[in-house]
Amino acid sequence: MTSTVERSRRRKNRGPQDLRSEEELVAERRKGRVGLYLIIPGMAVLALFFAAPVMVLLGMSLYARPPGAEIGEFVPALEFGNYATVVGAYWEVFLRSFLFALIATVAALLIGYPMAYLVAVRLRGRQLMQGILLVLLIAPFFSSFILRTQAWKQILSDEGPVVTVLRAIAILPADGHLTATAFAVVCGLTYNFLPFMMLPIYANLDRLDTNLLEASGDLYASPLTTFFKVTLPLSMPGVFAGTLLTFIPAAGDYVNAALLGNNRDTAMIGQIIDSRFFKVVDYPGASALSFILMVLILALVMIYIKRFGTKELF
Amino acid sequence: MRQKFGRWFIPVAGGLAFIYLLVPIAYIFVFSFNDAGRTNLEWRGFTLDNWKNPCGAPNVCESLVNSLQIGVVATIFATVLGTCVALGLVRYKFKFRNTADLLIILPLATPEVVLGASLLAQFLNLGWELGFSTIVISHIIFCMSFVVVTVRARVSSLDPRLEEAASDLYASPITTFWKVTFPLLLPGIVAAALLSFAMSFDDFIITNFNSGNFSTFPKFIYVSATRGIPAQANVIGSAMFILALVVVVTSQVIAYRRRKALAAR
Repeated sequence: MTSTVERSRRRKNRGPQDLRSEEELVAERRKGRVGLYLIIPGMAVLALFFAAPVMVLLGMSLYARPPGAEIGEFVPALEFGNYATVVGAYWEVFLRSFLFALIATVAALLIGYPMAYLVAVRLRGRQLMQGILLVLLIAPFFSSFILRTQAWKQILSDEGPVVTVLRAIAILPADGHLTATAFAVVCGLTYNFLPFMMLPIYANLDRLDTNLLEASGDLYASPLTTFFKVTLPLSMPGVFAGTLLTFIPAAGDYVNAALLGNNRDTAMIGQIIDSRFFKVVDYPGASALSFILMVLILALVMIYIKRFGTKELF
Repeated sequence: MRQKFGRWFIPVAGGLAFIYLLVPIAYIFVFSFNDAGRTNLEWRGFTLDNWKNPCGAPNVCESLVNSLQIGVVATIFATVLGTCVALGLVRYKFKFRNTADLLIILPLATPEVVLGASLLAQFLNLGWELGFSTIVISHIIFCMSFVVVTVRARVSSLDPRLEEAASDLYASPITTFWKVTFPLLLPGIVAAALLSFAMSFDDFIITNFNSGNFSTFPKFIYVSATRGIPAQANVIGSAMFILALVVVVTSQVIAYRRRKALAAR
């Protein structure tokens, strides 16, 4: 870190021509070493408690159950059949999880974009109002998302106000339900991950130059044309980050499916992994499912980045 | 006609979205006054008892204290480690930079069940007893990536000439860091720390995998959901929401007043 001081002293003594001297290059390299010291502790933690665990998970997914073994007893092996077994049993659940996550992501985008636009563009310059709305977005984290999901369950329950009204105006049949349906699960997912969609879009729209919108209007573009030709394309990096930050946790979530769904046709893969680990005590199967989920999501993310990605993603 | 449509559409749609966001909070708040008895499912009359005695139900406050402790410890570690990594990644060039980048981004692209399950596999393998320390470690991992991403944006937008100016004025690198760089990064670091704390406090899935018998506030609610959540949980959920709101709004108002005062000068 002393390099900066040395450089400035040298600059004073020798003039600008000598800036790329031998010492300078050595100093640059030393600079690099400071950088290494800065990142080593964090990287060590990640290596030990993220990279290594994923490897352990991969290893465990290949363990075998010896004949006559007790529940939860496995031996290290290369049992690739574990993968075939869980894929055969749960491919539908995978498909459903991704479908639910996709619908929730689109819904969150449709709801989150106007929110972000309202705060970032319409309320520009009114910092107090902006601040309060942003706090309202973050503060729900402190009231616990499980408590909020449980609240939704009760609001949407058969005795709750929503079902009563919907039944009264015959949108819902007299014996119709909202809880324990796929609809409720998707609503819950949309609700819970909305802030993750809204915040990146807000951060992007906050930097949007409104003169461009005016210019577009001056050139007789209708507001809708302006939106689709100017605003939306410029805010794509925010939309991109938001959709990823919503889709990824939504695909692996199981709290919404557990609280708002039923056990038959709304089960999501997270639930299966959880119950394989803790109820069935099938560590290899659960590990294989986790690993497949991780690989599938990474593959989808890669394709998505290739197709729509921008450089400045995060 | 179209012009008008655009004018009211955004406020109405955005406003409705904010209401949607706050409906369950309102529900939680209202039912914190419910004379609930054992299960807080239907309205049985207004009472202040729950608010007078927020620790009345077994394990509510213990799990809250656990969550707060975990949140604070995990946030401190994640913020310090993450800020260092962000500084190192932006300011210095070295080998393995891309690997480091990847290692930071990957936890963000990994669903919580997988993070939780893999850590559990690791702890089982190491024979590590599940509890406070394993929860803290798991929280540090996912919070740190968020800190790096947030602080890195701030470091990138920092004008390097400010630091050069300081060293031209013979400030030592350490003085430069503490007097110039750090104050400029502080808003980003505080925002990252707040976000970390919020995410740690609200995390359930990763915690559930790595907690053993140790209880946190979200875990307490999830476990009691099957036999009825006590109204005290609503009290604590509401109180935490209001507290977060008051703290941040107060700081916003102070900052707003200061800006106004500066502008008026």
